[in-house]
Amino acid sequence: MQPSSSIVSHAARIVTLNWLSVAAVATVTILLLLAVFGPMLAPFDPYATDLGHVLLPPGRTHWFGTDQLGRDVLSRVIVSARLDLFIAVCAVTASFTIGVGIGGLSGYLGGAFDLWTSRIAEMLQVFPLFVLAMALVAALGNDLRNVILATAIVNLPFYVRLARVEVGVLSSQLFVEAARVAGNGDARIIARVLLPNVMPNLMIQLSVNLGWAILNAASLSFIGLGIRPPTAEWGIMVADGAAQAMAGNWWLVVFPGVALALAVFAFNLLGDALRDILDVRSR
Amino acid sequence: MLKRSDPPLLSIDGLAVEFDTPHGRVRALDHVSFDIGAAEIVGIVGESGSGKSVTAYSILGLLPRKARVQSGSITYLGRSLLGLPESELKTIRGSEISMVFQSPQTALNPIRPVGAQISDVLRAHSPLRGRDADSRAIEALHAVRIQDPERRVHAYPFEMSGGMCQRSVIAMALACTPRLLLADEPTTGLDVTTQKATMDLLVELNRSRGMSTMFITHDLGLAAQYCDRVVIMERGRVVEHGPTAQIFSRPQHVYTRKLLSATPQGHDKLTDLIPASERQVFGPIRQLSEAAPMPDPEKEPVLSVRGLTHDYVLQKPPRILSKFMAPWHSRPEAAPTSFRAVDDLSFEVHQGECLGLVGESGSGKTTTSRLIAKLVKPSAGSIRLHGEEIADTDPRSFARSAKRRLIQIVFQDPASSLDPRRTAFEAIADPLLRLERLKRSEELERRIHGICDLVEFPQALLGRYPHQLSGGQKARVGIGRAISVNPALVVLDEPTSALDVSVQAVVLNQLDKLKRALGLSYLFVSHDLNIVRLMCDRVMVMKGGRIVEQATVADLFSRPQHAYTKALLDAIPRIEFGGEQAPISGFERSRLSAGAVPRS
Repeated sequence: MQPSSSIVSHAARIVTLNWLSVAAVATVTILLLLAVFGPMLAPFDPYATDLGHVLLPPGRTHWFGTDQLGRDVLSRVIVSARLDLFIAVCAVTASFTIGVGIGGLSGYLGGAFDLWTSRIAEMLQVFPLFVLAMALVAALGNDLRNVILATAIVNLPFYVRLARVEVGVLSSQLFVEAARVAGNGDARIIARVLLPNVMPNLMIQLSVNLGWAILNAASLSFIGLGIRPPTAEWGIMVADGAAQAMAGNWWLVVFPGVALALAVFAFNLLGDALRDILDVRSR
Repeated sequence: MLKRSDPPLLSIDGLAVEFDTPHGRVRALDHVSFDIGAAEIVGIVGESGSGKSVTAYSILGLLPRKARVQSGSITYLGRSLLGLPESELKTIRGSEISMVFQSPQTALNPIRPVGAQISDVLRAHSPLRGRDADSRAIEALHAVRIQDPERRVHAYPFEMSGGMCQRSVIAMALACTPRLLLADEPTTGLDVTTQKATMDLLVELNRSRGMSTMFITHDLGLAAQYCDRVVIMERGRVVEHGPTAQIFSRPQHVYTRKLLSATPQGHDKLTDLIPASERQVFGPIRQLSEAAPMPDPEKEPVLSVRGLTHDYVLQKPPRILSKFMAPWHSRPEAAPTSFRAVDDLSFEVHQGECLGLVGESGSGKTTTSRLIAKLVKPSAGSIRLHGEEIADTDPRSFARSAKRRLIQIVFQDPASSLDPRRTAFEAIADPLLRLERLKRSEELERRIHGICDLVEFPQALLGRYPHQLSGGQKARVGIGRAISVNPALVVLDEPTSALDVSVQAVVLNQLDKLKRALGLSYLFVSHDLNIVRLMCDRVMVMKGGRIVEQATVADLFSRPQHAYTKALLDAIPRIEFGGEQAPISGFERSRLSAGAVPRS
C-alpha cells in the first residue's frame, strides 16, 4: 500500500538519525562501487611487478606504497574488494536461502523434522567455526568454490536456528490463526504471513554475516588455506605483509588490514541501521 | 474513618508531567491535585492514557528518563518528594511507600523463590539479616493468607497460581509495613473469584495496619466497592473527586457519567451503556434490527455439538532421545500423558442466537472456542454445522474448504490478531480474496467500503497499519474481517477484554446490531458475567472442561442452580449506591463479604 518513495524517505530519515548509520551506509556503498568498478579505478595493474621500485613507502605516485615485488598496494587493495565481497555474498546467499528454508520449516512443522535439523545444526555449531572451515577446505581442496562452500556451511546453523525460533514464536500469534480462518493454506501462511514478519531480523543477521564471511575468507587465505597468491586478496596481503612488517615496511600490512576491518565493521553497523529501517512500526 | 481535619499523608498539588517523544512534547499529567489521608483508600479511576500510572510513578520517582515534571508538588508527611536525591528516595521506596504492580508474574523475578525476594526487601530496608529475615518472609506470606507459608517460601513464581503470585507481591510490598501502598491495577488479569479474594485481603490489611492505599483501577465496580474516596481521571486531568458514595450516586462531570453508564452494571439493555446524547449515532441500522427474526428453536440449529472432548497430549521426550536417556529420566508409568481440557460438551446454537460461554481461566473456554472455530481438531465428539458433520475434518483442509466461510472468529486481543505488516484494508480483504475468490478490483473495494460502514470504521484509515490504529479501531477491523464473508456463526473470544469500558460499550452495541442486521449467530466467550447478561440469550457456565450449568440469561441470573455459578455471580463487583443511601465504609463492606472469601 505504501508508495516506494515513502519507504526511501523513511530509510533516509532513520539513517540520518544516527551518524554511525550514515558512515555504515557510505562505507558499504564505497565497497560495492569498488567491487564493481575496482579494476577500472585502480591506478596501476595490481599484478605488474616492477623490480626497480620494490618496497617503496607510501608516496605521491604509490599512495599506499609498493610491495616486495614492486606491485602497487593501493591497486591491490582496491581489486581485492571484488573477490572478498564475491565470496561473502555467494556464501551468505547460499546459507541464507538454505538456512531460512530449513529453519522456517522446522519452526512451523515442529516434530521429528525439527528435532533432526536442530540436532544437525547444533553439531555444526559445536565446532569452533574457523576450525570447521579450515577442515572443510583442507578436505575438499584449496580453491575458490570450496572457500565459498566452507563459508556457507559455517554460517548455515545461525540461519537455521534464527529462522526456527522466529517462525516458532510467530506461529503461535493470533494473526497466524486469523489467516487460517481467512482460508489461507500452509504455503500461503508461510509465504505471505510468516516470512514478511521474520524478514527484518533475518536481514540484520544477513548484514552482520556478510562482515563475518569476509573475515572468514580472509582468515582462510591468511593461513594459506584459501585463495592462493599471487591473487590480490586482503587476507593474503596481510599474511605477506606481516613478514615484511618486522623489517619496518608497515604499509604492506596496515592498508589491507584497515580495509578488511572497515568492511567487517561497516556490515555490522549496517545491520543496526537495517533493523530500524525495516521495522514497520517506526514508520 | 475519614477525618478531613488531619493533615494528609500524601498531598499532590498541581502536578504536571510531560514526555519527550519524537513528535514533540506530550503532556501526560495536567495540574493533578488530590490528597490521601491516613488509613484511607483512595481510588484513582480512568481509562488507558488517563495518567493513572504516571501519577503513581511520579510519587515514587520512577518516571522514565524521557519524562519531566514541569510543575507542582508531591508532599509526603510534610516533606517534598520531588527533587529528592535518589539515595533518599531509595529509603522511602519499599519502607514508607511501596507499590504493587499490574501483572504479578512479571513483577516477580522468575528465577528466585518468593521468600528470597521478600527477604531482599527486608534486607534493604531493615536491620534484619539471615534467619530473621527469612522468618519475617514466612510471616509476611502468612499475613497474605498463603497456606503453608513455610513450604511456599521456597516456591518459584511459576509454581504458583496467578492469585498466589499477586499475594506474594502484596506480601513483598507490605513486608516493611509501609504507611502508603500504591496498588496499580492489582487484580487485572485475575479471575473474578481471585480478584475478590485479593481485594478483600488488601482492604483488610489496610484497616488492620492503618495503612493508606492508592488504588489504581479502570474498573468502576471495584472502586465503588472498596474505596473511601474516588478520583476520576481523564487524559491527564482530574475531572472529579470526592467520597465514593457521592461520586457514584451524584456524578457531576460528563465523563464520570459516561464511564458509569458504560460500566455494565444492572443495565437492562445494551444501548443503556452509551449515554443518551451519543445514541443517535446508531440510527440507521437500529431500524433494520427491529425487523430481524428472533431465534426459532424449531428450526435446525446453526451449530449442534455433541460429546465434544479434547485432550492435550503432554510432552514426552522424543523417542530418539528417551532411548539414550538413563532410567532416572524416565517417567513413572502411572504419570498422565494427556490432559482433558474439554470434557463431553453438548450444546446448540440457533439462528440469530447469542450463546454465552462463561468460565475462569483454565476452564477450557478458549479451547472450546478454538475447537468450534475449527482451529484445532477435537479428540472426540461431533460438531454439526447446518446438520453437516465437520468435527473430523482436519483444520488445514477445512481452511481451504467452502465451509470455512461459514464459521469465523473474532479474537481476544485485537492487537496481536492483526498482522503488523498488513494494512487494515489488506486485513479485511484477506478472507474475501481467499474464501470468496474475489480478485483485486473495484468490486473488492466496494465490498470493503461496505464492511467499513457496517462496523463504523472510517474508510480514510484503511491504509493504516495496526500500530497506527486505536484499540477500538483495531477491534473493528477484527470484527469487519470476520463478518466480511457473511458467516453463519461467529465465535467471539473475549472480543472486548482488551478495551476501555467506553469503547467496549460501543463495540458491544455494534456486535449486537450486526447480529440482527446480518442474521448472525454468536458463540460469545467471556469471563465477564455483566456483559454476558446484556449480550446473550442463553449462557453456559464452564468449569474444569465441563459445562456445570446451561440456562437462559434470565434464569441463570435470577435462579442460579450450581454452587459455582453462585460463587461467580457473588464475586462480581457491584456499584450499589442509591440516591439518598447512607455510604457504607469499605471496612464494613469487606466485613460483610468476608464470609465469602475463599481461603487460599
